[in-house]
Amino acid sequence: METHFTRRSRVHNILNRIPVLGDVLKRPLGALGFAIVLGFGLIVVFAPSIAPHDSETLDIPHMLEGPSSTYILGTDHLGRDILSRLIYGSRIALGTSLSAVSIALSLGLILGLISGYLGGNADNIILVILDSIQAFPAVILALAVLALLGPSLLNVILVIGLTWTPGYARVTRAQVLSVKENVYIEAERSLGASRKRILLIHILPNILAPLVILLAMDLPVVITFEAGLSFLGLGVPPPTPSWGSILSEGFRFIRNSPWPITWAGLTLMLTTLGFTLFGETLRDVLDPRFSGLWRA
Amino acid sequence: MRIYFLKHIFMTVMVLLVVIIILALLVHIVPGDPARVFLGQRATPELIARFRSSMDLDQPAHIQIARFLWRTLHGDLGVDLWTGRPLTDTIGDVLPHTIILAFTSLFLAVLVGIPLGVFSASHPDSWADRLTAIISISFITIPSYVGGLIMLLVFAVQLNMLPAMGVGEISNPIDYARHLVMPSVALAIPWMGYLARLVRTSLLEVFNADYIRAARAAGLQEHLILYKYALKNALIPTMAVLGVGIGNLMGGAVFVEVIFNRPGMGTLIFNAIQLRNYPLVRAGVLIIALLFILANLLTDLIYTYLDPRIQIERK
Repeated sequence: METHFTRRSRVHNILNRIPVLGDVLKRPLGALGFAIVLGFGLIVVFAPSIAPHDSETLDIPHMLEGPSSTYILGTDHLGRDILSRLIYGSRIALGTSLSAVSIALSLGLILGLISGYLGGNADNIILVILDSIQAFPAVILALAVLALLGPSLLNVILVIGLTWTPGYARVTRAQVLSVKENVYIEAERSLGASRKRILLIHILPNILAPLVILLAMDLPVVITFEAGLSFLGLGVPPPTPSWGSILSEGFRFIRNSPWPITWAGLTLMLTTLGFTLFGETLRDVLDPRFSGLWRA
Repeated sequence: MRIYFLKHIFMTVMVLLVVIIILALLVHIVPGDPARVFLGQRATPELIARFRSSMDLDQPAHIQIARFLWRTLHGDLGVDLWTGRPLTDTIGDVLPHTIILAFTSLFLAVLVGIPLGVFSASHPDSWADRLTAIISISFITIPSYVGGLIMLLVFAVQLNMLPAMGVGEISNPIDYARHLVMPSVALAIPWMGYLARLVRTSLLEVFNADYIRAARAAGLQEHLILYKYALKNALIPTMAVLGVGIGNLMGGAVFVEVIFNRPGMGTLIFNAIQLRNYPLVRAGVLIIALLFILANLLTDLIYTYLDPRIQIERK
């Protein structure tokens, strides 16, 4: 297989490495999702050059105005440009959700590998801990912890990471349980391979696909979750422009101007829609068990 | 079956214990003196003393856990830091509003989601199926606070059709229901989409089962197959999700409760955070977690009863 691949031209080789993406793009909704995600990514990267204004410059005389030629989407209660704040807010949305999900993935992987491979008491203890974290509705757990730690970017990331850990740990555990029964693992063990080698070289690469699916499906959920916490004033503190705080400030002035809520709401919905379509299609492509169920 | 049930209940009790330990000790994740840090500018020596004694902060950790557990088992959640009122009364006042909100939302989600899913699955790969797919995915991606804010904007601020604040008078059912419309719809929208997808998936799975093929081969009418045989089995996974759903809706209620200024568990915890009343935050979180665990246990037991294969699969 190796030589088969290396003989091909370089371009071909790259295309072959990402056949999944090609399959996703073949489906209309997957392509739509990918386009939105790509657009979102471009906005995140090029925020300073796209944003027409500074996101924190005040223009009190023009506060709470509707769309105009200067302020394309209007202004908020301090006269700040809504469009620029939304553009910079995309960085917070992606930054926090990616970091939080990475924490959940790493912690979940470690816990899942331990409990799945060792079994016995370690497994039972880890399961009870995971169950206990999941015994709280996510929002409530986050509220309880953030109430103590206080709102900050780092705290929000840590809390979301912790709340999402059980999901990854469970998927990892289930995968390890099924993979470790394979004959090649037993062969490796009888040849005297260490636990570490079996886990890292033989089990880990074989359990990644479901985790990638879970990650793709979780990103939009985490983005809305973070925005929700910021909406409640427990997320990213002002004046940092986050979508949730734009919504929350818009809510305070809902009787004066409909624009902040409308635009921030639409942005949030469009982004999560893009990520969800992409994630669902990716799951269908990667996991043949689901194929055909989502062929729109 | 009985052994499975007992094992399950034992696990739940373990989880309850760990949850209580977590909540008893959670306050210590704050660097420094929790009373001083949490009370912030409102910290007076007297209040600090009350905070410390109400949470047993002067005692070693195991005593803190034991006392918290003991009181919880006796239905004593402590008293309010500011007013001295028992927290069970404060919670008892608002809990019904949250429970009504959560169940109304769940009902709306079932009312819209299940028919959508059935319709979608009985016309697989048609344009109608695709349209339903797009609608349900879009619904899933409307967070309750965005839906709530937009409804508030349109129906209360602009059109002045529905009341924007509070729960209304319980003695006046029509008034109460009018106050319930926007919050419950906002909370239900993502679940409508989610249930539609779920029902569609499980129905399509059931359609492939041998007994449905046999029924088809025997020439039974399509609608008879769908409603009498397929749907019954397809709804079992949905049942399991609804149990988790009711707990999640009670937690997620915080967003719409804050937006529509409804008394409830969400606003209770939210306001307690603003007022730096941590014992109340803790008591509220504990009650929600207890209800959540209970709902999960009940659905799991019902689920296993309805579909005995589960206990074998889960071993």
